Amino acid sequence: MDHAAGMPVDPRVFEAMKPYFVENYGNPSSSYSFGASAKNALMESREKVARLIGAEKPEEVIFTSGGTESNNLAIKGVAYRNKDKGNHIIATTIEHISVINICKHLQKQDFEITYIPVDKQGMVDPEKLKDAITDKTILISVMYANGEIGTIQPIREIGKIAHENQIYFHVDAVAAVGKVPINVGEENIDLLSISSNDMYGPKGMGALYIKKGTRIQPVMQGGGQERGLRSGTENIPGIVGTGKAAEIAQEEMETEGRRLSQLRDKLIKGALNKIARSYLNGHPTKRLPNNANLRFSYIEGESLILGLDMLGIQVSSGSACTSKTLEPSHVLLAIGLAHEEAHGSLVFTMGKQNSEEDAKYVLEVLPGVVRRLRAMSPLTPKEMLR
Amino acid sequence: MYSEKVMDHFMNPRNVGEIPDADGVGTVGNPVCGDLMTVYIKVKDNRLEDVKFKTFGCGAAIATSSMITELAKGKTIEEALRITRGDVADSLGGLPPIKMHCSNLAADALHAAIKDYVKRKEANK
Repeated sequence: MDHAAGMPVDPRVFEAMKPYFVENYGNPSSSYSFGASAKNALMESREKVARLIGAEKPEEVIFTSGGTESNNLAIKGVAYRNKDKGNHIIATTIEHISVINICKHLQKQDFEITYIPVDKQGMVDPEKLKDAITDKTILISVMYANGEIGTIQPIREIGKIAHENQIYFHVDAVAAVGKVPINVGEENIDLLSISSNDMYGPKGMGALYIKKGTRIQPVMQGGGQERGLRSGTENIPGIVGTGKAAEIAQEEMETEGRRLSQLRDKLIKGALNKIARSYLNGHPTKRLPNNANLRFSYIEGESLILGLDMLGIQVSSGSACTSKTLEPSHVLLAIGLAHEEAHGSLVFTMGKQNSEEDAKYVLEVLPGVVRRLRAMSPLTPKEMLR
Repeated sequence: MYSEKVMDHFMNPRNVGEIPDADGVGTVGNPVCGDLMTVYIKVKDNRLEDVKFKTFGCGAAIATSSMITELAKGKTIEEALRITRGDVADSLGGLPPIKMHCSNLAADALHAAIKDYVKRKEANK
């Protein structure tokens, strides 16, 4: 139950990609007919991604190597191109690490970044964001939904504020695309980052929606592919896979979303009922259908992961002990948790491979794993162990 | 990521618990960092007759705690003081490099418990 870390490629996606490795290896830039099938595949894939997010024109979709590159192109591309208008960017404290590190990088180049805090449920207050706007603000970047705590932001409202102030609005939608309906037009979005693997497409693939007319420059120089914004020979198999993944996501989002949110709610309610001193991180209702982030007092997340792994359940945690930096998740700290609380969190991200049986099994074994670790912990109050 | 030995000690930790009438108690670490360990010792004729632990922390923290109780039990005070962090890690078939520093606190907890024992003994003289 760790789909956020990696998803299998949907077999239908794999099938769609296959012909583009050995048989149809043409280059869409070639003038002769052999390149034409690649060119068609590229166009169709662009249309499919555009349709999924409600983009008006397929040309507004640029293929990239994934969410990280899309975020880089969107934020740096807009920042550098619009430096004549201002140097101020607004983001939130719970953005994905790629957005945060891009902002830090820009800070070293005379850009100013304001990070808007979130409330205890991980929600951005649009009014606070509005107050942060200055006459130097050129870009607002807010994630659609947080992959770790699941909270979905009031994107439409934030977009409206951005546009009322003639500021570009970038949305990192990696955790949300294909899981919840998105419409870039209705939600006032100028740039939207997409990752292919997060919707059962191939790894190393992504896309960036760039609304027509957006002033942006490339971050990588080369042969001018993708309207000059993303040079390099197109990864046709990857692009075809992304298109197919987008197509499937659009068809199945509603039923799969309903199924997953039922599993999610079952898991959350069950765990909170069965385990004392357990809490939900993130918003109770405005959350991704596949995300359950739970917190258990007195124990540490990595030992929870190991205990569950021995029982065949794969999950992740916001604990420092599972990170390379030995710092707990910046998202959990941003929603106001103390370090020791952040250490005891567990993230379930469910997907197509998970059934009701899985949720039942988790609820069967999780209380025992928690109890065992609490019995070992010097922090557990004695009366809890009786 | 962890050796089989670490996983064995994590899943079946030896000597978990408290010793109510312990002769020495040592606590190291901090829940803010994600690891907190308490080691209890019972001493008879200068030997560690019993060693128990309670730990909040990751798999490595729990496994090293369990291992230190096995290494220390039956040893004289002097021998127990010679057990190092390295000995604990070696006995577990090694630890991931990132865990060597932050979670390998068990030897420190044991030494703290012995210090406590010595202090109490001095005070009772």
